[in-house]
Amino acid sequence: MENLISRYRNVSILAAVLFVQVFGLAVQVKRSTEQQSTRLIRVWTVNAVAPLEKGLTWLQSGVSDVWHSYVYLRGVRQENRDLKYEIERLRLEQVRLSDDAEQARRLQALLGFKQKFISKTLAAQVIGSSGSEQSRSVFIDKGTRQGVEKAMPVITADGVVGRVLNAYSTTAQVLLMNDQTSGVGALLEKSRLQGIVRGTPLGEVVLEKVMSDEQVAAGETVLTSGGDRIFPKGLPIGTITRVSPGPGLFLNIRLHPAANLSKLEEVLVITKQEEQAASVADSGPTRAVDVLAQRLPSVPDKPPPDDKKQGTATVPPPLSPGAKQQPNQVPPNNAEAKGTNLPPETLPSTQSQGTPGGVTKPVTKVSSGTVPSIPHPKPAVAPTSVAPAEDKPQ
Amino acid sequence: MQISYTSQDQVEVYKFSVPVAVLVPLTAIFLQAFLPLRLHFFSIFDLPLLVVIFFAVARRSQVAGLLTGAAIGVLQDALTHHPIGVYGIAKTVVGYGASSIGVKLDVENLGARVLVTLIFYVVHEFVYFLVARGLVGLTLEWSWPHELGSAVANAIVAAILFTLLDRLKLRA
Repeated sequence: MENLISRYRNVSILAAVLFVQVFGLAVQVKRSTEQQSTRLIRVWTVNAVAPLEKGLTWLQSGVSDVWHSYVYLRGVRQENRDLKYEIERLRLEQVRLSDDAEQARRLQALLGFKQKFISKTLAAQVIGSSGSEQSRSVFIDKGTRQGVEKAMPVITADGVVGRVLNAYSTTAQVLLMNDQTSGVGALLEKSRLQGIVRGTPLGEVVLEKVMSDEQVAAGETVLTSGGDRIFPKGLPIGTITRVSPGPGLFLNIRLHPAANLSKLEEVLVITKQEEQAASVADSGPTRAVDVLAQRLPSVPDKPPPDDKKQGTATVPPPLSPGAKQQPNQVPPNNAEAKGTNLPPETLPSTQSQGTPGGVTKPVTKVSSGTVPSIPHPKPAVAPTSVAPAEDKPQ
Repeated sequence: MQISYTSQDQVEVYKFSVPVAVLVPLTAIFLQAFLPLRLHFFSIFDLPLLVVIFFAVARRSQVAGLLTGAAIGVLQDALTHHPIGVYGIAKTVVGYGASSIGVKLDVENLGARVLVTLIFYVVHEFVYFLVARGLVGLTLEWSWPHELGSAVANAIVAAILFTLLDRLKLRA
């Protein structure tokens, strides 16, 4: 017997080691369906690797910053010109879109619509990956100490990235959207069809559970539906690249992710979401055309005695994002940008008044009568504010 | 290509200092996690696997080979989100197999190293595929062109890497 064991010693050890691992695997697979807990070996390995990754990332970004900020400045002047032009274009577009947004908010308020809003985000840097083609996940340099928790959504400015899978003290593992074990509730932007976005073993992104009798076109944008209770509604997931009949009742829809999942550097972790019911008070400025439409058919109500002096109304400084409009404040408006067809005498005339600080302050003058809540036209160039990287309200 | 059948007394057995035995696998795991972010194509390489093959062939001890494979595999598993043991089992098998080959054959020359890496890469992927599908329930697709392409790429890297690691070997 002893001779037999010594003869097959190596094979016996191989069998024993394999058995232990298979047994451990079976236990983990069984437990993962009940309650997922983080193995100690994972914590040790991540804590051993993460500081090195952080250090190298910091060194790399430092060298890159010095190079791009002080040495390699070719084309910066032209780029600056292009960006300024782009800013001007986007500001004009913002004025146009804000009108649609206000209208949508008013309709939501009428319907008692409740929606989740992103109220707090945390910027994080991607420092490492799983190193495996079968496990599409990355590590970020923020963990539980900074407020990151399991299942928090992770996004970039372009769109959805994934969700936090494991949160350690100073790092966190983010499961990417293109991993085969991930899933995001999705909604087609135009047709409003709902489905589930999943990854494939090859790292592609597909939209599942869309019936084959539905009309889905390539090029349509896919947004988060909010149905997974992880991602807030309306974040871009990707664009449809190919639609083909699937094996069963469903279509086979391929997506191009909105966020570049293969070149992630910085991401935003949504650390806080708030559910708010849309209200008219939140809807921002009232349009001049709405006010006048209410007033023109009948005699205007008598204004309250403590109202502004007849004929003039000074516009308060622009509200900070998220601040509620006070009833006695004259909200900014975009009547000028909209180009209403009302006669000029019924519209408030506007002019800009320079302030000592150099800030142009629009002033509304009403030709006759008192209009307590007449909105002033929104300046063509909306004021911009630079929000901090952290805790940026969306 | 020269692969000669030798008796165990004819082949040289090497050992490694403790810092090398610890730091080389850890560096391989670290680079495997760090580099694919910067160089996306790097994800087709499996540096920890190459280190397992190198240590197993150089030591020519089946027990040392399988234990090294198991340890490196488990550490690699810890960085993924899959259950721990999938890479562990695959690399245990490779460690055992590579050291068994090292006992029987002289695989010190370049051609033999490339061939051994090529074969064991495919063996590793096959065992991983079986375990991931059969035990963990992952949906994987086996693609011969992808696996063979990756095997060739890894074999080329192995030829360079093994030459560098040869300098760390000590005669037993």
